[in-house]
Amino acid sequence: MKILTGNDLKTGDVVWWTGESWSRHVSDAAEVGDNSVDVIAIEEAARRATAIYEVAADHTAGGILPVHIKEKIRATGPTVRPDLKLAPADPAAGSWVI
Amino acid sequence: MYKYDHYDQAMVDTRVAEFRDQVERRIAGKLSEDQFKPLRLMNGLYLQLHAYMLRVAIPYGTLDSRQTRMLAHIARKYDRGYGHFTTRQNIQYNWIRLEDAPDLLADLATVEMHAIQTSGNCIRNISSDQYAGAAADEVVDPRPFAELLRQWSSFHPEFSFLPRKFKIAVIASETDRAAMRLHDIGIQIIERDGEIAARFYAGGGMGRTPMIGPLIRDFVPIGELISYSEAILRVYNRYGRRDNKFKARIKILVHEMGAEKFIAEVEAEFAHLRGLNIDAPAAELARIKAFFTDPPFEAGLPDEIDRLDPDFAVWLDQNTHPHKRPGYAIVTISLKPIGGIPGDASAEQMELIADLAERHSFDELRVTHAQNIVLPHVRKADLATIWGALAEAGLAEPNLDLVTDIIACPGLDYCSLANARSIPVAQKIARRFADQQRQRDLGELKLKISGCINACGHHHAGHIGILGVDRKGVENYQLLLGGSGAEDASLGQITGPGFDEDGIVDAVETVTETYKTLRADGERFLDTYRRVGMTPFKEALYG
Amino acid sequence: MAEPVEEPAVTLDAFLDQSNATSVRLEEGEDARALIPHLDRLSLIEIGFGSFGDGRGYSAARILREAGYQGELRAEGDVLVDQIAFMRRCGFDSFAPERPLDPEDAARALDRWSEVYQPAADDRTPIWSKRHG
Repeated sequence: MKILTGNDLKTGDVVWWTGESWSRHVSDAAEVGDNSVDVIAIEEAARRATAIYEVAADHTAGGILPVHIKEKIRATGPTVRPDLKLAPADPAAGSWVI
Repeated sequence: MYKYDHYDQAMVDTRVAEFRDQVERRIAGKLSEDQFKPLRLMNGLYLQLHAYMLRVAIPYGTLDSRQTRMLAHIARKYDRGYGHFTTRQNIQYNWIRLEDAPDLLADLATVEMHAIQTSGNCIRNISSDQYAGAAADEVVDPRPFAELLRQWSSFHPEFSFLPRKFKIAVIASETDRAAMRLHDIGIQIIERDGEIAARFYAGGGMGRTPMIGPLIRDFVPIGELISYSEAILRVYNRYGRRDNKFKARIKILVHEMGAEKFIAEVEAEFAHLRGLNIDAPAAELARIKAFFTDPPFEAGLPDEIDRLDPDFAVWLDQNTHPHKRPGYAIVTISLKPIGGIPGDASAEQMELIADLAERHSFDELRVTHAQNIVLPHVRKADLATIWGALAEAGLAEPNLDLVTDIIACPGLDYCSLANARSIPVAQKIARRFADQQRQRDLGELKLKISGCINACGHHHAGHIGILGVDRKGVENYQLLLGGSGAEDASLGQITGPGFDEDGIVDAVETVTETYKTLRADGERFLDTYRRVGMTPFKEALYG
Repeated sequence: MAEPVEEPAVTLDAFLDQSNATSVRLEEGEDARALIPHLDRLSLIEIGFGSFGDGRGYSAARILREAGYQGELRAEGDVLVDQIAFMRRCGFDSFAPERPLDPEDAARALDRWSEVYQPAADDRTPIWSKRHG
């Protein structure tokens, strides 16, 4: 599947497109299908999120998970500072990349 | 150290107001992200893998305790309680909110600090020797020249949209502690027949096409330091490549044009500019120099140190450096605890370091390109006290210039450009070599790790370098041997196929074990490598 | 600022070929020094900015002013409000941005900097000169 990620314009927090809004949890991400270009244009103009891009993801037992290690780390936080990790919906998320 | 007058203060205050205005226009939609990006970058604000990241300049690496406490305050108030000291004498905060950034910069401006030109295609923070003003081997203190260059380069109207970023380092001794020849411009202040002058190198750099900068002028009269710098920048701004950002650094221009032709272009521009009264008068350099006179050193201090505590003695031997004055020493505080994150310091650690600098080092400290902190002027009689305080805070790792004193970029844990993680590799190597006896037996060994070819972790200049790459979505690590960022500058060579995360730790150990079998008396790893070449290491790694 | 010149600017090649034009347009990468022998008869030099990030025009402008050019120096193209203060310091005295600037933002940008650290093509006194009279 394809999902969208970006950063909240004012705070910089990593956010994921839910189909109508933005969530800080990758598990809320929605399939964006072939609509990436349109959604990115509309959402950049709305200035809720910025630096939006499409990433490949999989449905896994624990929920939606980006395919590439970069976005896996993006989804949970630095692997070297577990104390700073975002508590994700998937309790096993901490082991995604380590 | 340098103190702002009302002019300097007005400049940073104006910049804060300007950036506040730019942030407001971005949030209000008057600026697109494409338009805002170069503006925020020119003020050190990146959008990284997890959040906005702010890079704060520490000009030529010098700080006082008040400034260091402010860095701690910012870590606490605007970030998550820590900061990361970089390889270019900056500090980075990883979790900054855009809407807070103007207030943060206003706080910084109250202690004469800023984030001006810490990113973007402009002249970056001027870096220098961390032992400036304290080392026995310097001709003069290089920092007044760096400050002169800082002022000249700040908001330079002609050079704010260069083809690419531009980094300048200034040193003033034969020993190069600032990787000077790996900068876009490297300046060595020299003395000849009683006259102070500048020797210029240009076109050095790391990144995807590493180059050691060639000498382009052996002697620039000090009163024309700025005119000559301006000539180089103008030639670069006019002729540097803009068709391909990967070929846009000045090193590519110097390389493609050839040093001889490049020098001729610079000389022609210099001949034109030197008549235009661009340099400040000698009185301005004298004014700046007055801020960098020696602190009131005491005479007649003892040189003897009580070495009864063996742990203290180890730290003393490893982490202190001779000072130009009897009875004093230069102390390096390692930010490389075994298993820690290279260059990271918590707000509490910053405050402790600030206290020590205030009490024991004439209120001065330095940050180094190797991501450590220096107390430049410590009475030998105070060393045991300082060591005790550092040990309590986990800051007394006795590993300066040893294999665990690893330079590492933030890598894929933080950086959106990275291809692989750097920090976990550094942690694993440090744990593997944690034994202090083993480290000391290996001697000086500079290990440097970058998480991508942009080389923020200086892997080309490591005696042992590691470069993280993305191999079909999996982190992979190439090994390089034989680099140096010092006065004997050289570029490391890749050993061969890369390794996975555990494999690279084993590979480093294979290299150090091979070195132990090959070394002659007194040879550092780098010396042995230069004598025997790559082959025996390659055989040990892949044979 | 003087009244803007209305005559259309010709290309550098066309200008160097014909003797009577009084306006010329320089594109990025064209050598401003080629105009130096002809500055006396020029009343407008327009410097094109195809992309705001391409800073070659700043050097071109300063080179022309350093050579004594007195006529109008116009920045045309992708000229953004956050750049015009630098442009003016390099000698530009008129702006023809392809997207109009908010006049209030532009006025604020041009008035913002009360001090400058270095001499350039304008008549502003650098801080070092103020410090030492």
